[in-house]
Amino acid sequence: MIEANGLTKRYGGKVAVDNLSFTVRPGVVTGFLGPNGAGKSTTMRMILGLDAPGAGHATVNGRRYTRHAAPLHEVGALLEARAVHPGRSGYDHLLALAATTGISRRRVDEVIDLAGLGEVAHRRVGGFSLGMGQRLGIASALLGDPATLILDEPVNGLDPEGILWIRTLLKGLAAEGRTVFVSSHLMSEMALTAEQLIIVGRGRLIADVAVANFVRDSSRLTTRVRSPQAEWLRDLLAGPDVTVTGDVTGVLEVRGLDGEAVGRIAARHGVTLYELTPVHVSLEEAFMELTRDAVEYHGVTGRGTASVERSAA
Amino acid sequence: MSTANVTAFRRTAGPAVDRRRVTQGRVMRSEWIKLWSLRSTVYTLVAAVGTMIGAGMLLCAFMAAQAALPGSPHQALFDPAGAGLRGVSLAQLAVGVLGVLLVTAEYSTGMIRATLSAVPRRLPVLWAKAGVFTVVAAVLMIAASFTAFLGGQAVLGERGTTLAADGVARAVAGAGLYLTVVGLLGVGLGFILRNTAGAVAALFGLLLVLPTLGEVLPADWGRRVVPYLPSNAGQVIMSVRPAPGELAPWTGFAIFCGYAAVTIVVAAVLLKRRDA
Ligand SMILES: Nc1ncnc2c1ncn2[C@@H]1O[C@H](COP(=O)(O)OP(=O)(O)OP(=O)(O)O)[C@@H](O)[C@H]1O
Ligand SMILES: [Mg+2]
Repeated sequence: MIEANGLTKRYGGKVAVDNLSFTVRPGVVTGFLGPNGAGKSTTMRMILGLDAPGAGHATVNGRRYTRHAAPLHEVGALLEARAVHPGRSGYDHLLALAATTGISRRRVDEVIDLAGLGEVAHRRVGGFSLGMGQRLGIASALLGDPATLILDEPVNGLDPEGILWIRTLLKGLAAEGRTVFVSSHLMSEMALTAEQLIIVGRGRLIADVAVANFVRDSSRLTTRVRSPQAEWLRDLLAGPDVTVTGDVTGVLEVRGLDGEAVGRIAARHGVTLYELTPVHVSLEEAFMELTRDAVEYHGVTGRGTASVERSAA
Repeated sequence: MSTANVTAFRRTAGPAVDRRRVTQGRVMRSEWIKLWSLRSTVYTLVAAVGTMIGAGMLLCAFMAAQAALPGSPHQALFDPAGAGLRGVSLAQLAVGVLGVLLVTAEYSTGMIRATLSAVPRRLPVLWAKAGVFTVVAAVLMIAASFTAFLGGQAVLGERGTTLAADGVARAVAGAGLYLTVVGLLGVGLGFILRNTAGAVAALFGLLLVLPTLGEVLPADWGRRVVPYLPSNAGQVIMSVRPAPGELAPWTGFAIFCGYAAVTIVVAAVLLKRRDA
């Protein structure tokens, strides 16, 4: 269980994390999503006591991370940047970390097997491939057999086989009743791995939503309309449950009305249509739209993107 | 909030992991493993020991050859113990860099975040690094110092001195102690500056450049300040008979240790306060 309460972090004048509150529950994989610079890594470093929050605090398993007598047994972490000396072997790296908490050599061997590092464990980390480096990070996260895992972009740089491995591993760990908190930029990846999503943009909470709901609500169709009288049509289509956007001149993306309805309205007013196409919004697009402008989003309601803005109780 | 360990999850594979806590001793053990598992640190230690012994004996051999010439001007000033210990000026570079690297390599590689995640109270890491370094450096450098001395005296033959002579044993052991504290200064500066180049420059600025700046001070000022500069204070413990104007050996060494202590305290405050 991870609880963030009003976490805030500034770097210089820039707010990296802004009054962020959420709860990560055990038993499911929780995805932590947001575009580059949204503040995911910063939030994770604050949870781990590496960065001090400017305001607010976070607890893990009921206590601040730094107050645990044996942190490695509480939380296993994989940080964004590699946190390994390249001149040391993977085995010695794990051994040194394990030693701080009196974790046995046997357990070190165990996590090496678990992460599939067997053959390379005694080689220097500097020569590891990206995937091997990630596996070493996972191995060190699992060292203390922790109840909570915090992983910053674990699939970064992995090949499809590695991604599948991580996905299966995380689901398995969650199924054992652990808390698994994983950051990513990739909505599509999280849709396959996570059950719960915490979405941030510009350091703020945008959504805390079950993946199933997000998928259901964002996979509605939109309708693409091309017309020489697009601006007029835009006004004609306006309605309480209708969103019309259009980045290209003469093209409208209509949500809340299907092609039939748009065609009927156009005919009634004698608007010429060149194109009327149903478009499936991908999860990735839905996510991008949601995070495109975090601040703007706060003011907009009824856009139908799930149970947005449920701050942690 | 309950203080009970929240471990409600079920392990599906493998035996249960014993749950122990972080202790100072365990963090020391971790630092011990780190020290010996990097080639770079091992090589640097070898270099420190090697230059201490090699340079001392080389200088003694050179002096033995020179002194053999009739009417050599070196005869009156000849300090056989000092000659054997002259490797210090080179060895301190290696030991100092090692002390710095023990810390700054963790920052440059990101390892520090793994270290501090395991030991989020942080200070045990500083004590452990300083402690492990002190033990390893003191043992190796004192041994190297005695080896350099004995080797040097063997080369000098009957012109050499012995450990039994007044002040010699203290000077020889003192060379090893001086080197150890140089490294400790490096550890402290490493934590303060978190950058290899910066900390190395600061360390040798303090040890090598500062005394030369002392020379440009007005004479009566200089006489009062110069003996207290870090390396001047630290090195009197290595001279068999301190020159007039120098501090007493153990006083000087205590002051040098004071500089290291202040550095470590500043390092501790900053380590606790700053983001990793
Ligand atoms: N140590 C730091 N000093 C200054 N600014 C920082 C620091 N760390 C993060 N930032 C800034 O804070 C913001 C949040 O960064 P953070 O790395 O947490 O985002 P992120 O969501 O993890 O992004 P990414 O998806 O690219 O990993 C960014 O604008 C970043 O530039
Ligand atoms: Mg990041």
